[in-house]
Order: sequence, then C-alpha cells, then structure tokens
Amino acid sequence: MIEVRRRAEGVSTWLPFARRRAVRFLVSLWVLVTAAFLMIHLIPGDPVRESLGLAAPPDVVASRRAALGLDDPLLVQYWRYLTGLFRGDLGTSLTTNTPVSDLIGDRLPATVQLAVLAFLFVIVVAVPVGVVMAVLTKGGRRRGGELAFTSSSVVLAAIPEFLLAVGLVSLLAVTLNLFPVAGNDAPGSWVLPVLALAIGPAAVLARIVRVELLSVLGNDFVRTARAKRLPARLVYLRHALPNAVTATLTLGGMLLASLVAGTVLVENVFAWPGLGSTIVGSIQQKDYPTVQGIVLVYGAGVLLVNLVVDVVLALLDPRSTIREA
Amino acid sequence: MRAALRSPVGLASAVLLAVLVLLAVFAPLLWGDRAAAIDTDSLQQGPSADHLLGTDQLGRDIFHRVLVATRLTIGLALLATLIGVTTGLVLGSVPSVLPRWAARVVTSAVNIAVAFPGLLLALFFAVIFGTGTIGAVLAIAFAIAPSFARLTQTLTAAVSGRDFIKAARVCGVGRFRLLVRHILPNIAEPLVINATLAAGSALTAFAGLSFLGIGVQAPSYDWGRLLGEGLQRIYISPAPALGPAIAVVLAGLAFNLFGEAAASAAGGRQQVRGRAVARHDSTVEEPDEGLLTVRNLHVSFPGGITPVRGVSFTVHNGEMIGVVGESGSGKSLTALAVSRLVEHPGTVTADRLDFDGKPLRTTSDRDLGTKLAMVFQDPMTSFNPTRRIGSQLAEVSEVHQGLSRKEAVRKAVDRLRAVRIPEPERRVKQYPHEFSGGMRQRAMIAMGLMGEPQLVIADEPTTALDVTVQREVLKLLARIRAERTAAVLLISHDITVVAQTCDRVLVMYAGRIVEELPTDELFTAARHPYTTALLAAVPDLDTDREAPLAVIPGRPPEPGEIARGCPFAPRCPLAEDRCREEEPELTEMSDGHRVACWKSEKELTLAAAGGAR
Amino acid sequence: MSELRFDRVSVRYGHHLAVDDVSLVVPSGQVVGLVGESGSGKSTLAATAVGLVPVTSGQVLVDGETRHRRKVQMVFQDPYSSLDPRMSIGGSIAEAMPKGVHKKAEVARLLELVNLDPGRATSLPARLSGGQRQRVALARALAGQPEVVVADEITSALDVSVQGAVLNLVRDLQRQLGLSMLFISHNLAVVRYVSDRIAVMKDGRIVEEGPAEQVLTEPGHEYTRELLAAAPKRHTRLEAS
Repeated sequence: MIEVRRRAEGVSTWLPFARRRAVRFLVSLWVLVTAAFLMIHLIPGDPVRESLGLAAPPDVVASRRAALGLDDPLLVQYWRYLTGLFRGDLGTSLTTNTPVSDLIGDRLPATVQLAVLAFLFVIVVAVPVGVVMAVLTKGGRRRGGELAFTSSSVVLAAIPEFLLAVGLVSLLAVTLNLFPVAGNDAPGSWVLPVLALAIGPAAVLARIVRVELLSVLGNDFVRTARAKRLPARLVYLRHALPNAVTATLTLGGMLLASLVAGTVLVENVFAWPGLGSTIVGSIQQKDYPTVQGIVLVYGAGVLLVNLVVDVVLALLDPRSTIREA
Repeated sequence: MRAALRSPVGLASAVLLAVLVLLAVFAPLLWGDRAAAIDTDSLQQGPSADHLLGTDQLGRDIFHRVLVATRLTIGLALLATLIGVTTGLVLGSVPSVLPRWAARVVTSAVNIAVAFPGLLLALFFAVIFGTGTIGAVLAIAFAIAPSFARLTQTLTAAVSGRDFIKAARVCGVGRFRLLVRHILPNIAEPLVINATLAAGSALTAFAGLSFLGIGVQAPSYDWGRLLGEGLQRIYISPAPALGPAIAVVLAGLAFNLFGEAAASAAGGRQQVRGRAVARHDSTVEEPDEGLLTVRNLHVSFPGGITPVRGVSFTVHNGEMIGVVGESGSGKSLTALAVSRLVEHPGTVTADRLDFDGKPLRTTSDRDLGTKLAMVFQDPMTSFNPTRRIGSQLAEVSEVHQGLSRKEAVRKAVDRLRAVRIPEPERRVKQYPHEFSGGMRQRAMIAMGLMGEPQLVIADEPTTALDVTVQREVLKLLARIRAERTAAVLLISHDITVVAQTCDRVLVMYAGRIVEELPTDELFTAARHPYTTALLAAVPDLDTDREAPLAVIPGRPPEPGEIARGCPFAPRCPLAEDRCREEEPELTEMSDGHRVACWKSEKELTLAAAGGAR
Repeated sequence: MSELRFDRVSVRYGHHLAVDDVSLVVPSGQVVGLVGESGSGKSTLAATAVGLVPVTSGQVLVDGETRHRRKVQMVFQDPYSSLDPRMSIGGSIAEAMPKGVHKKAEVARLLELVNLDPGRATSLPARLSGGQRQRVALARALAGQPEVVVADEITSALDVSVQGAVLNLVRDLQRQLGLSMLFISHNLAVVRYVSDRIAVMKDGRIVEEGPAEQVLTEPGHEYTRELLAAAPKRHTRLEAS
C-alpha cells in the first residue's frame, strides 16, 4: 500500500529510510548508554564494597563512594555520565587509577585488528564456498557432497571459538610449533587467533550463502533469466547472487556482530592485548568503570556493524528502503 | 521430532544425548569419590593407564572429573535454557494480549536487545549478577531470551496473519484462548527445535564463562572450569585441556545436530525443478509441418511421478493456440518442456520435440533467446528486483545480438514504446517495483520482443492481473501475433480467456490432452465430458441465473495419484467399465477436432446437448 | 434475518484512504454482490463489518445497532489458510458456536447442511480438498448463528471444476435460511450469478449500486461499463489492440 503511494507520488524512498534508520541507531545507542550507566546501579549491594572487599575499612569505602559520585541522586549521576561521554570521559579505573578512555585507546586497536582480519577471512572464504556448493548441489544433485558440506559446517559452527582456539594452539603451536602460542607481535602470531575467531562464522555464513542462493535459484526471475537463454555465468552472477547477498547480509549481519563479541574469548586464549582480555580481568577485579567503558565500546561496535549492513543492503536492493519495520 | 530420529544424523545425536543424560544422572554416584580423591603423590601428571587424562594440581584424576562434571554442566545449561526460553516465550507472546502501547514497548525493547550478540549480553548480566554459578545461569538465560522472544514474535506474527486467526476472532474467540489454542500449537514445533539449539549454545556459552573464570567457581567444577585449569599447562601436556574441550564440543554438537535434524525433518525437502533432457528424440523424418511440433511428450520426476503423459500437438506459424486445464493438469509443465526450461531432477522425453524445423534439444541458445519469447504468470516475481527494467531488457540483445549496452537500451526503449508503456525513456531507468502489475507484464512482453520472436509462450499471463488490465494484455498478445506473425501458445486455467483470443483450444486433464478443437466450436461442439462439464460449471455473463451450475463431483487428481483407465472416469457421468480399465487415446472425430474418450460421437453429442440444458 | 448497513464508513491506513466514505445497505434476506479490483477497498470494507479492521469514521450497523459481535460472520478467500491446521474441523466449527448449544449434534447438523459427511468432524483440515474446506468454512460461519454473512472471494482460490459446487451451495443456503449476505468477488460473472443487488467499488468508493439486472444491463458508471466489457462472455472475441 505504502509502496504504491510512494510510487504514485514519485517520492524518493531514501530520505525516509535514512531518517528511520538514523532514529533507530540513536535510540539503540541511547539504550546502550543507559544500560551501561545502570549496570553499576543494578548490582545488588554496594558496588564499591564489592570491589574493595569486605575487609575494607568503612571510611575508605565512603571516600571512594564520594570520589565516584555514587552518593549523588541517580539523575545527577546520569547527567554527569552523559556529559562526560560527550567529552570522551569514561571515568577512572578503580584498579589502576588511570582514565578508562586511555586504557581503551590503548587496547582498542588490537581488538579492531583482530575483528577486521577475521571478518575479511569470513567473507573471502565463506561466500565463494557457499556459491560453489549451491551450484554443485542445485536441484538435489550430489546428495553426498551436500551431506558432507552441511554436516561439516554444522560441526565447525558448533565448536565455540575458544575451544577451537585451544585445539589450534595444542595442534599447530604446541605440537607442530608452526605459530606462536600467544601475543600480537608478528603477522605469524595473527594466524591462530584469526582462524579461531573466523572458522565458526565462516562455516555458518557459507551455509547461509548456499541456502539463500538455492532459494533464489528457485525464484521466478531466475527462470526468466534462463528463458532469455543467458549464459549460466550471467544467470548466477548477475541475477541470482545479488539477490542472495541481500538475504545473506541480513542474516550475516548478526553473525558479524557476534564476531565482535567473540574476540573476548579468543583474546583470552591467546593473551591478545585487546579489550577482550581487559574486560574479563576487570570483571573479576570488579573494576566497574572499566567494564562499563568496554561494554559501551563493544555495544557501539555492534550497532555500527548493523548500521553499515543496513546501508549496504539499501544500496544493493532499493526495495529494502521501503520495507516497513 | 519423531521424524528426526529417522535420519542417521538425528539418530546419532539422539543416542549421544541419551548417553549425556545417563552420565549426568549416574556419573557423580559412580565416580564422585574418585574424582574428588586427592593424591599428593601424583600431582600434575600426564596421561597414563591409571589416569587417562592425567591429574590436576591436587593429583585428582581428570578423566573422572570430566565424567562427574557432566551433571553440573548439562544441568546448568538446561536450567539456563529453561529460564531463557520461558522468558523469551513470555516476552514474545505477551504483545498479542497486551494493549497496543505496551506491546510496542516490549517489542522494541526486544528488537534492540536482539541486535547485541549473546556473549556480550551474558557479560553484561554477569557483571550485574556477579561472578559465580547463579550469576552465570541468569546471564546466559537473559542472553538467550531476546532472540527467543524475537523468534516467538516472528512466528506469532506469521501465524496471526493467517485467515484462521481472523476467522476465530470473528467467531468471538478471546485473545487468551486465541494464543493458547490457535497460535501456540502452530508455532510449537519451531520453538522446540530452536530451544534444542539454544541448549547447545547455552552449554558452550557456559563453558566459555567458566573458562574465563566468571562462571562456576571452585570448589565446584564444570567442563569449562576444567578446561581453563587444563589450558594453563597446555605446553606441558595437552590432554587435561583437550578432554573437557572434546566433552563440550560433543555435547554441544549433540544438541545442535539433533535440533538441525528435527528442523530439516519438520521443514521437509525443498521443492525442486529440473534440467531438460530430451532423452530419445526420434530420428523419424516427418515432413516439416509446424513451427512447434510435439509428439508424445512426457515430463517425469523421481518417485514415478509423471505430470505430463504423452502430449502431442502442433503449433503453426502465426497461430494462436490455447491450452486449458486446472491446477495439476500438466499445462504449465508442458509449456516449460517445450521451451526447454524443465530443470533437474525433472526429465523430458518425447518422440519428437522440434522448434522451427530443428530438434529443440540441439537448438542454440541464441536461436531460442531471440525466436522464442516467454511470458510468465506473476510479473512481480518474474523480474529481478535488484536490476533496472532497461538493463533486464537490454541484456537479451547484448548477449544474443551483439549490441552494445547503449544500442541495446535504445532498443529496449523502442520495445517498451511498442507495448504502449508511456515515457519509456524514463521507465527503462526504473526498478520493477516502480511499475504497476499490468505495466510489468507489458514490459515482460516487451522483453520477448527484443529478439524476433516466432513463438510466444504465455503461461497464465493474466491470472495475477485485474480484469480490466487482463484484457489489455490479451489484446497486446493478439496484436503481436497479428503484426509480427508470431505464433502464440497461451496457457490458462480460464476457458473463457482462451475462448476470446485463440484459434484452437487444447483441453488438458491429468497430464494429457483430452480434447482439441477450433475455438469457434468450443461452446457448440465440445464433446469430451470434461470439457462440456467445465463449460457448464463456470458462470459467465450469459449463464442462466435461475438454474444451478453444473457440478463436477470430486476433484482433479494430483500427478502422483493417477490410476488405471481414463483419469476423468471417477468424475464422469458417462463412465463405464472400459473407462476404468483402459485410457482412451486422442482420436480425430472430425476435421481439426480430436477427443480422447471411449464413447461414440453420437453418445457424446447427446450427452453434451443434455448437459448444456 | 437482518439488515447490514455501512453508514459513511472510511478506513485510513497512514496517508492512504482504503475506504472512502462508503454507505451501503445489505437488505434483510438479500445478497449484495460487491465487485472491484484488487486494492479497491472491498476486502477492507468487509473486514470492518466483522470488526477485523476498525473504522476511521462512520459506523457499521446491524438492524440499527452498532454492537453486533458475532451477528456478522465471515467466510475467507483461502480455505487453506482459514482453518487451523492443528484443530479438527468439528473443533473449528464448535468453537464458533454460542454458549448453551449442544455442540456435537450441531456440528453434525451443520456438516450435513454443507453436504459433508458428519463422520468427518474429527478430521484435520489437511485431509480435505479445497472445495471441502470451503464448505467447512461456510459451516463455521453458520455455527455462529449469524444475522449476516460476509463472503470474501470465497471461490477464487478453488479449482474451476469445484467452484460451481460451492456457488450452488451458497445460493441454496442463502435461500433456505434467508440469509442476508455481502458477497465479494473480483469476478463479475460470479457476482452476477448469486446476487440480488450489485455494488461496484473503485479506489475506496462505491461508484454504482443497484438491482443486479439494472447494473448489468444499464450500467450508469464508466467504470462499470469497463468491467462489463472486460468480463468473459461466450461469443465475443477480443480483437488486437
């Protein structure tokens, strides 16, 4: 109905789409910031007492509370938190007494490096594999190949990244001594963390690509392309693939977001000097401002990935700009 | 779910799950003491016959600790799943019984939460609930909940859109009963399957948290904790880490594979189309009589299903032929077969299948792409939604006629103008969704005109269109036929559409042609009991409003259920024993009029006169 | 039986006016056929009669009353979607009955009324053909003891050879029970066959309404003439445009 109206009026659907998507991004960001802020206040009991331990003298606890501003009314704290964020102030670490923003600035590049490399690996491996498998198993051909592909991808996807990491370390680093066990020094040390992070998502994405491409191949417009007697190459690359990409991206967006989160575990196995190894230590030491800051950065990263996915989707498939939520 | 057990994967994973449950129940009873026994003589040993996976820093046997930890690991994973799934189910289904504003709040909260990966949510909640077993259970439960709520919402929305929910509402069924009696039973299966998958990921997530040291705390231990302990000395001995790692992977796989098997058993196999293989074109040289010559055409699918069973007809240059039949009659497959578009695993065989004097099988793509035009039923889905109309038309000439992109687009503009699409210069740059239904179908016809079509095959070209638009499209086909002397093969379920436009009609039933006759004789001289009944059963503007419509008892057979004898016999008022035993051939009754019926012309004429009333 | 009256009904979706100030009466015991193309608003209008779509302005009255839950029942287009696949057909019919009815006997009676074997009450819809399902849907509509029945494109999802039987049944039931009926279809020939009066809808408005014979023989509106020209007739051939 809306589509018909827009068409009749000849109005571009881009502007409303951009507005809608921007609003959603900002609302999600606000929810994220608020959740991060509330995190400290939702902790049962006194976070400072939790963090300093039961043995801490009451006056130390009280002065720490005052220093963190925890005695002010909630709204005042919230306002201070928001204005702080705009100045790039994420608070001060309870354990090291350094600004959280410095810590994040220090650790973020390593995490981004890991996530980007893993992302590239996922795309470069999963899309071609999925396409080839779809073409080979189209119309119920090569049942054996289909079964082998599906089951191996299920198995790979079911292995959590930290276990894959452990397996890779024990096989390739400890037994065969091919790569370093940990750290982020030379490109050689990147191989295992990236593999550990990317293999699972790559398996899932390859499966999605195959299933989506197969379902696109069953569409009427693919039959039209064949009825035009286009060479198979054009049928697949020009007509089927772009349509599979749109569906794949929607599902793959979630996957990429989970890749961002997956860095936490992988970094811990490989002692990768990123945010992931920092946040776990901070949770154990109850260094709440640091946890807060890192959660915020991860969350924003995820929101950004989702935003980029939606924009790419809109560029590839103009219809997605008019799809109503 | 039961069907899942029939696949080897489903069976294997079910066995694995059963083993896990048995271990969870009995392992602590059988080996609890051994797993807790501290042996200061054998600290941190590697694998040996006594200690399959070695010992830990207190000399405890790791293999038995892994077995005993099954209970805590599985138990916590299931507990977290249970809480998470229940929370998700409530969050996902309450919007349908809440007032609108409240439903909106819940829905958007879920939508925002679902954008964040589970692990991140779990970490967030782990901070709030504190490190430890209960904290981790709640963290994972709440991390599962949003995606489950979303799934419930999606499924509920899909079911709610169906008419039986509307019907129940009209009948006065209350919201709660609607949810419990109609919605939940219809979404239960995917929910259970996804809960199984969720249990698998809860298990691995829990292991992850314990591994990070924010899950199960000493002295309790689950696989994740054992793994974390083992990893610290992985350089010395990998076995203590690999043991629990393998346990986690196996258990996670068991849940995942069982879920997958159940899902594919529930979803069934995807429908398939096939590639055309004209297997034994006969080499008999008949005189070249038509543009399209079809003799004894069969289309079959694996499982002994043959929806087209021996169809023969000829289309001459410039002729307009109608093929009429109900769903399942094989008319559309016939159209696909004669245009070489049947895909694997479908197989096409024919004694003769010639187009333009050459066997269709060996006709080049270039010839088919320019001489044979196709128009499909649904113009909305028949265009690629991601490409501009102009480029979709132009590529025909680029590929087959060697035109440059620019020339080809110019030709596309010209052809769009030929089918009377206003402002073709602007329209070529638009996407299919910017066209109306009727215009899209014209554009589809224009696409066929990019070549020099000698035959246009139109499969239900007007079914998806409004009546007034229908007529325009039919007129356009008639015009192309007149101006370009192209032959048209028009396939339709609507006998009146065919009657208005075609020279000859082929009536199909259960994969065969049962009658072929000139259109002028359709309403006066149709003889096959199916044709006459069909004509009497469909009201038109001349139907007598006082008399009841003719009724054909029963329903047309599905391609898989065609039995011996004439397939129309079970519904035929004239059927006798012979009809139920042998299938009649299509035989010439008079010039240009063929009927497949055992009854004599006289009997049929009499019956037709009686039936028409 | 009773009269169904749409009194200046409008329905707005966002900026789109799906039904635009429609007034229409279905007189007691008569069949009003409503024709129009997809998107003309005819199904939306029908949905307002049973409360599935709220009216933006105006009102729907049954015998002058605005509160008429259950008095109007509806039969939907797609019999494959309008029956709960997990509920027996008897269960679906019984659910629509008012309280205090002996459900089992009434289900049997209704199934017989629509020419189905009462023994099939326990079958799930999957075991029935499209035509049979549509009969069940009719029985369910009647189970609510309605004053008015709205039939929305009830034959368009059926095979042509089955259509006739359902149309005959609709006519017989309507005459036998004296039902008031709003019969909606895009097919003018089908509407003509069952209706006493015909209303033509276009772009959310009723452009013409009157006794069936009159609308068909002396159409007053240009659009009605267009529809008539487009409708299938036995002996006219379509010339190339």
